[in-house]
Order: sequence, then C-alpha cells, then structure tokens
Amino acid sequence: MSNANLFEQQRLNRRRSAIVVTIFLLFFAWVGFGGDLAFYLLTVETEPEQYHHTIPWIGIVATLLGVGIAWHARRTGPKKILWATGARELVTPKRQEEQVLVNVVEEMAIASGLPAPKIWIVPDKDPNAFATGNEAAAHIAVTEGLLDMLNRDELQGVIAHELAHIQNHDVKLMTLLAALIGVIVLMSDAAWRSMRVGGRGGRIKIGGRGGGKKGGLGAIILVAWLITLLVAPLLSRLMALGVSRKRELLADATGAQFTRNPRALAAALRKIEDSNAPTTAIGRGSAHLCIADPLGRRLTHKEGFLADLLATHPPMGLRVARLKAMAFQHERTGVLPESV
Amino acid sequence: MTIVFVIILAAMVAWAISAFNRLIALKGQTLNGWKQIDVQLKRRHDLIPNLVNAVRGAMEFEKETLDAVISARNQAVKIQADTLPTGGVQALARAEATLTSALSRLNVVVERYPDLKATANVTQLQEELTSTENRVAFSRQHYNDTATSYNVLQQQFPWSLLTAFAKAIPVELWEITNERDREVPSVDLSMK
Repeated sequence: MSNANLFEQQRLNRRRSAIVVTIFLLFFAWVGFGGDLAFYLLTVETEPEQYHHTIPWIGIVATLLGVGIAWHARRTGPKKILWATGARELVTPKRQEEQVLVNVVEEMAIASGLPAPKIWIVPDKDPNAFATGNEAAAHIAVTEGLLDMLNRDELQGVIAHELAHIQNHDVKLMTLLAALIGVIVLMSDAAWRSMRVGGRGGRIKIGGRGGGKKGGLGAIILVAWLITLLVAPLLSRLMALGVSRKRELLADATGAQFTRNPRALAAALRKIEDSNAPTTAIGRGSAHLCIADPLGRRLTHKEGFLADLLATHPPMGLRVARLKAMAFQHERTGVLPESV
Repeated sequence: MTIVFVIILAAMVAWAISAFNRLIALKGQTLNGWKQIDVQLKRRHDLIPNLVNAVRGAMEFEKETLDAVISARNQAVKIQADTLPTGGVQALARAEATLTSALSRLNVVVERYPDLKATANVTQLQEELTSTENRVAFSRQHYNDTATSYNVLQQQFPWSLLTAFAKAIPVELWEITNERDREVPSVDLSMK
C-alpha cells in the first residue's frame, strides 16, 4: 500500500479485474468448446461414412446464446431493475433534500464528464444506492433512507461511486457475466440429465473399435469436460463475485477521483454499514450494482475465507481503510500524478 | 518474403491509425471539458444578480460585500473565454478566482444572520450557491485532468511522432492564481 494514490489504485484494480475476467472467458471457452474438441478427436479416426464432428456446434450455440441473452438483458435490464424496486423518477424536486440530490448528481456528472443520469428514489428506509444503464442513458437510484442519513459531502461520495460504475462499464460487464453464467447453468443442467439417461443403459459410441491414440485423448478430454460442466455453475458464480468485488474497489477509487474527497465516501460507508436492516426493496439480482450489499448479509463485515469467496462487495473495513489511505496521501501531498 | 513486409506494413498503418485516433479523441474531450467550464461560468454569472437581489433587502448594512460580488461578477463577464485553451487562461482564471472569493465571503456573511438563514428562500439560495461553486470547481477539475492526460500523451513516445499530423498542441491548465490558496496554513501550538 505504499503507493495508495487515487490513480495508482485505479490502475491496479483495473488490471486485477481484467485478469479475473480473462480467466472467466477462458473458462467459458472451455465449457463451450471443450466438448467439441473431445467429439472431434473421438470421431476423427472413424470411417468416412460415419459422423465427423468438424464444426464446433456446441461452442457456437453456447456463444450465440450468451451474446443473445446479454444483448436482451442490456436492453431491458435497467427498466426491469428499477420497476422491481418500486422506484419513482425524480423530475421536479419538491423537498430540500431532493433539490440537493439533483444538484449533487449534476455536479458529479460534470466531474466525471458523463451526461447527467436520470435520478430515481426508492421508497426504503435503509440507506443504499445503485446505478444501472450505460453512459448514454444512465440511471442512478437512491433510497429515502440514504437521503435522510447522509450529509451533502457523503451523498456526493456515494453518487460519485455510482457514476464511477457507469464510467467503468461495470453494468455492462456484470450483465455479460450474468448472461454467460445463465448459459453455463443451462449446459450443466443438460449434462446432468444426459448422464442420468446414459446411466440407464444408453452408451455413447466412442471412437472406432481400436480407439486410436486420438480417440484415447478425446475420451480423457470428454471426461474432463463433463466433470467441469457439473461444477461449472458454482465456479462461474464464484468468479463473477470475484470480478464484482474488484470492480467495487475500482469504483471507490474512481469516485474518489471525481470528488477528490475520499474521506466523505468512507464516512458514508460507515453510516451505511451501521444501519443494520437489509434493503428490502432491492433484490438479490441487482446486489452487485449497489453501494453496499443490500441483503444485509454479514459477509462484508468480516474478512476471511467465506467473505473472500461469497460476498458481492469487499469487506467494509478494507474499503474504508483504502479510502482513508487515499485521503491521507492526497491531503499530505496535495498533488496528483500526471495521468490515469 | 513480400507477404511478411505487407503484414508488417499493415500492422504499422493500423497502429498509426489507432494512435492518431487516441490523440484526436483526447483532444475532443479536452475541448469539451473547456467548453463545460464556460457553460458553468455563464451559469454562475446569470445566477448572481438574482442572488444578490434576494438578500439585498435583509442585508442593507452588508452593502460592501454585495457590491464586491457584483463588481467581481461584472469584471468576470467582460473577459471572454477563448475557443482554444492555448493562452489567456490566466486572466480568465484570475477574474473568476476573485468572484469565487467574493461569493464565499457572501456565504459566510449570510451564516451570520440567523433570521435571514431561517427563511426557506435563503436556504435554497445557499444550496444553489454551493452547487454553482461546486459545478465550476468540478468542471475545472475535469478539464485539468483531461488536459493533463492530453499534454502528457503528446510527449510520450509513439504519440509524439503524430502530434503535428493530428494538429495537437499542449493546452494550458486552469490553475490556482491566488497564491494564498496554495499556502499551507501555519499552525501555532506554542500556546503563548
């Protein structure tokens, strides 16, 4: 943590999440095309008139399906999420707090260089906030509890964090990962079913009679592929959670760059953490978009193996500590490095 | 052998195009950031007469503060921002810094009158003033961040070859002109 400055942290977080995303995509490629490779090797040495698996249909279908789901989710997702939380759009502010919210969002849009997002208010007493949409049509939703609880600077920190999610393309990224997980779950399901059928007597005809060298390799790959398929839903979800946690830290750092006031976001996080109730209006599916885990799961309160594995957000203590370190460095030197 | 040359040539052209586009994109962002400052400054200039009128009645005896705001505003309006931030930023920044300090003095003065603060109207105006100042500051910060990346990129190796071609020249940053703002406050703990 020697170089905990704003830009350095962003660079590090970006690189770390890029690594996790790459691993995820490689994993998906294996789940999609691994079977094709096995079937290709198994059928390559058979007689010419028999079936030859030369076109990787499984992988192609899985990829197309994933892209299709992601495209659909990207188009309809924001509307569905906002509808599910019962949020109302804030068009003409009536109360003073609403006016402050509108102003703060405008200010942060200017600081981030993004067009002003639409503002929604979720009728829930627990403090929380989330962002959805893309840069051109972004939506930011905050709960009533958040407006009541935070002061102006803290609210600014939270809004900056949410706009940072938009600017870092996190909504798009997590939507894509969710779609790929959907495909993996489907394929895993199909594998389970076909195995049960296979167990009852149907046997896949493997290779020629001799089962040449390539046939043997094919069989090994097939078994490995099937085993991965069985555990793939769990593994892919854990990886997506890993990406989510990295992107949270990145959004904290980017948000601090917008406000130049990491201390205020740290204070806001403490306040949000101290209110125990779960945000009932926000469901599980959009947890990764929120400023803090809306389910009130105690995972983010402690560090350790389970929290490292299963939480959508990094431990609060870690986030606050990093923000404070940034604040310290920024206040001490007062200078920022030249480039992002 | 020729195929290798063709591939290398194609790669170089592709690289040059993407580097050129990166420069142009950053240039666009910088100019956009510069215009955003202008938008926010205009917004502030338009707001000030209303603000002063709203508090004038109750603050007749703080005439000096109000006059300082008005004259600083009129000075700032006179100086037009250039279309390109390659000179004259200093004068503009100085005029706006005077206005900023006049406005913050007004905000402090308003705090001193509880009766004035009690009216909802003034609370709204204060919020409006805070937000306006923030918008100016954040647009400046965004411009400075983008302009700095732009300036640095122009000096870095692969891009530095293309600056003339992309008509990229270093831009001026909007810097604090008031030396007092830079000073570290001195703390006296001697308890004399």
